Amino acid sequence: MHFTVLLATFVSHCKINIDRSDNANRLALHMLFVRLPAPVRKSKEIPRTRAGWSDTEFMAAFGSFALLIGLVLAAYNLFAGGIALRLIAVGGPARVNPEKMAETARKAGIATFVTVTAAAFALVWAAFHNDFSIEYIVEHSNIALPAPYKFAALWSGQEGSLLLWSWLLAAYGFVLRLTHKSDVKLHAYAGTILAAVQVFFLLLLNFAAPPFSLVRGGIAPPDGNGLNPLLQYPEMVIHPPMLYLGYVGFTIPFTFALGALMMRYPGEKWIHTTRRWTMVAWMFLTCGIFLGMHWAYAVLGWGGYWGWDPVENASLMPWLTGTAFLHSVMMQEKRGMMKQWNVWLIFSTFLLSILGTMLTRAGLVSSVHAFAQSSIGNWFVAFLVIILAVCIFTYILQRDHLKSEHHLESLVSRESSFMFNNLILLAACFTILWGTLFPVISEYVQGSKVTMGAPWYNQVTVPIGIFLLFLTGIGPLLAWRASSFRGLRRNFILPIIAFVVTAIVLLAVGLKPWTSEGVFYSLMTFSLATAVSTAVLSEFFRGANVVHRQTGKNLAAATLLLIRRNTRRYGGYIVHLGLVIIFIGFAGIPFNRSAEQAMAPGDTMNVGPYTLKNLGNTQESNANYDTEFSLLDVYENGKKVLNQPMAPEKRVYAASGTPQTMVANHSTLRWDLYVIYEGRDATTDLPIIKAFLNPLVSWIWIGLAIMVFGTLVALVPSLNPSRAAVTVVKPSPAVTAEAMNAVGSGD
Amino acid sequence: MLTSHRNSWFSRFARPMQAIAVAVLVCLSLAATDTGDRFHKLGDKLMCTCGCAQMLLGCDHYGCPSRGEEMDRLRTGIASGQDDATILQGFVQEYGMVVLSAPPTKGFNLVAWIMPFAVSILALGGTALLVRNWIRQQPKLVSADSSVSATPSPTVDSDMRERIRRETNTEGEV
Repeated sequence: MHFTVLLATFVSHCKINIDRSDNANRLALHMLFVRLPAPVRKSKEIPRTRAGWSDTEFMAAFGSFALLIGLVLAAYNLFAGGIALRLIAVGGPARVNPEKMAETARKAGIATFVTVTAAAFALVWAAFHNDFSIEYIVEHSNIALPAPYKFAALWSGQEGSLLLWSWLLAAYGFVLRLTHKSDVKLHAYAGTILAAVQVFFLLLLNFAAPPFSLVRGGIAPPDGNGLNPLLQYPEMVIHPPMLYLGYVGFTIPFTFALGALMMRYPGEKWIHTTRRWTMVAWMFLTCGIFLGMHWAYAVLGWGGYWGWDPVENASLMPWLTGTAFLHSVMMQEKRGMMKQWNVWLIFSTFLLSILGTMLTRAGLVSSVHAFAQSSIGNWFVAFLVIILAVCIFTYILQRDHLKSEHHLESLVSRESSFMFNNLILLAACFTILWGTLFPVISEYVQGSKVTMGAPWYNQVTVPIGIFLLFLTGIGPLLAWRASSFRGLRRNFILPIIAFVVTAIVLLAVGLKPWTSEGVFYSLMTFSLATAVSTAVLSEFFRGANVVHRQTGKNLAAATLLLIRRNTRRYGGYIVHLGLVIIFIGFAGIPFNRSAEQAMAPGDTMNVGPYTLKNLGNTQESNANYDTEFSLLDVYENGKKVLNQPMAPEKRVYAASGTPQTMVANHSTLRWDLYVIYEGRDATTDLPIIKAFLNPLVSWIWIGLAIMVFGTLVALVPSLNPSRAAVTVVKPSPAVTAEAMNAVGSGD
Repeated sequence: MLTSHRNSWFSRFARPMQAIAVAVLVCLSLAATDTGDRFHKLGDKLMCTCGCAQMLLGCDHYGCPSRGEEMDRLRTGIASGQDDATILQGFVQEYGMVVLSAPPTKGFNLVAWIMPFAVSILALGGTALLVRNWIRQQPKLVSADSSVSATPSPTVDSDMRERIRRETNTEGEV
């Protein structure tokens, strides 16, 4: 009813002609609330419809209206939902039926998704139709831009990325509201809290960072400035959406946690409900972070993949707390422990997502990422303060609901290892937050900024990372509640042997840990990686052996059945294996080598066992960019390694005039031969070629694939015990925690 | 006789020892003046000041206005025989503290280095104490060094049964 009136108001005002110099969304707002004087049309060149719209103006206005209607719907969802839940909570007679009101709020939430989708479509449509009357399209697209990158223009600037965020939030909310029947009341709470977050982002899009602003002066330029060349890379089409799916995805467990706390939800069902949401969000965030690393490695051309930039840090912090939450939440499920801790972990994860965004967009810390230094940081500060206040208030009010049912019974137990793992993850998170904020603190205290570069982060975070790797191996070897000495001896003997043997072998082959800190850390990482892998694989072997004995299946089939019977546990182990492989990749860093040389045709340069021979230097042009590159043959021990020569290049994009390095990379399991064209020597005009030999980098990408696979396995429902081919061992007085773990009944 | 023997022993080994000593000194002095190593070592402690937020040696900006100038300054400093501290101090005077890739370990900046470890140690210690208190407060159901399988009490047994029932029933639905 209310919406019909609002929509009628919109439609009645839509007949007003638009001055092209006006900001489309502000105009839409004015049309709703203020009676405007008839605007003066400055340009008559653009053909208009009977209603007085040009095609381009129509799309901008359509997008703006969609965002405005979305804001109204989300606000209705928030207020109507809030009032309905309050009425239900206090009970008693009411003039309106609170259930019906909550249902209209839910439907408004669903409609928000439709309107935000329409707005996102309008922006993509504008990019594909080169609608340069919209300022955002001028800034982030141009005619010659290939189609996939025009799609990527949606998230390549601040306004578009906020629209993507809002759209993903609406999409998650859409799914949440459609699945409300599993627990109507809890979903109503979660949906209402989600609507509050949605209102914030739609307020930003309508008032602070409107994506449909028309160009100043009202004259559309013939072409746009083009997409930032750094973003013209296939991974950039998937990296930001992945990252945002992760960030935004953590909103769902946050809303469920806050909602469950507000309504004093009995039991742990909210954790069961949000487990998949959390894992999906975590998986997307993991993929997003690693795709960003790969992009940085392949595009930025400095030979590394992680620069400890504030934006990178901002993505890592919620990942660390999210990982801690995924682990400690098991203690709440299994033992009714750590309830307060878990609630604050998921609150922190969400708050860190917002904090990271605020840090980079408020211009508080400098970043290589483009859309820092803007005025919307204050909005994020206000939002962060409000959310934190709500969390603290709700927590204080309902704290008695979060009492633990059990406490730790032994230091040598799975619970204890989860606690220490949580602590280390949080210590890493604090360290990164500290490093990100210290320049600001230093400026406040000393009056001068300092730089927290890679040397600081490497010295401080590497020991923490290695300790985390150690705990990754220990956790699965401990039983719930308490581990017996016999069990410990049985579980730890092989990993300890693996650790010692690896260390001895590495020392024997010439690794000298006393020469540098980096080599020492590498030795520790390699040895721990072997130990952890041994621990995890022996868990698989032990469990499969039990299944094999019980069913007579061969070991491979028994392993498969074991995994299917407890996908969550063994999926988790696969994730751990992926992490170990990633750490092996990191351990190669101290052995990086590089060489740089101005190379005339026929010149050679040596790096490690490789010899690069310059075949010649070439220049080419197309509509999008001019390029110059060298062709380099690669030899190892006098033998040609590659059939095709490597071709590192330097592009200069026509639209923006911006140069961009295109890396040539020959990747093997052993190392990457990573070659860049640095530019021309000022005196000789010869191209300067820089070559890096980066050991074990490909292990990082393999590790990521394994982690994603493990997460997918964990997402698959386990076989129902009644349908499983193996009957669960009937518990007897003699059954032990270790025995339970061996057949895959624990996590 | 003894003297002559000592002399012959000395004369036999004196030359090679002298040669080794000279070689070692030459190697050490070469190592000390290995400008390439020093250049990379100091380069890793400096940032590019063009605003790219990259390390000096890692900056790959085409036509970067700062990188060449900073590298020239670094080469000049090394060639003129200045020690590392003097070279870095020169950079700080020219570009400010932000030119250093990590804060120095003195004054207020020391806090940057200490804080992460202090917080980690305090948190670990605090948790260990908390866990110890919890364990002391608990009625002793299971001790760390006695096997769970030894002779579980009826409470443990019923807890275990309940856990098995819960885990095996809910695993499929979550």
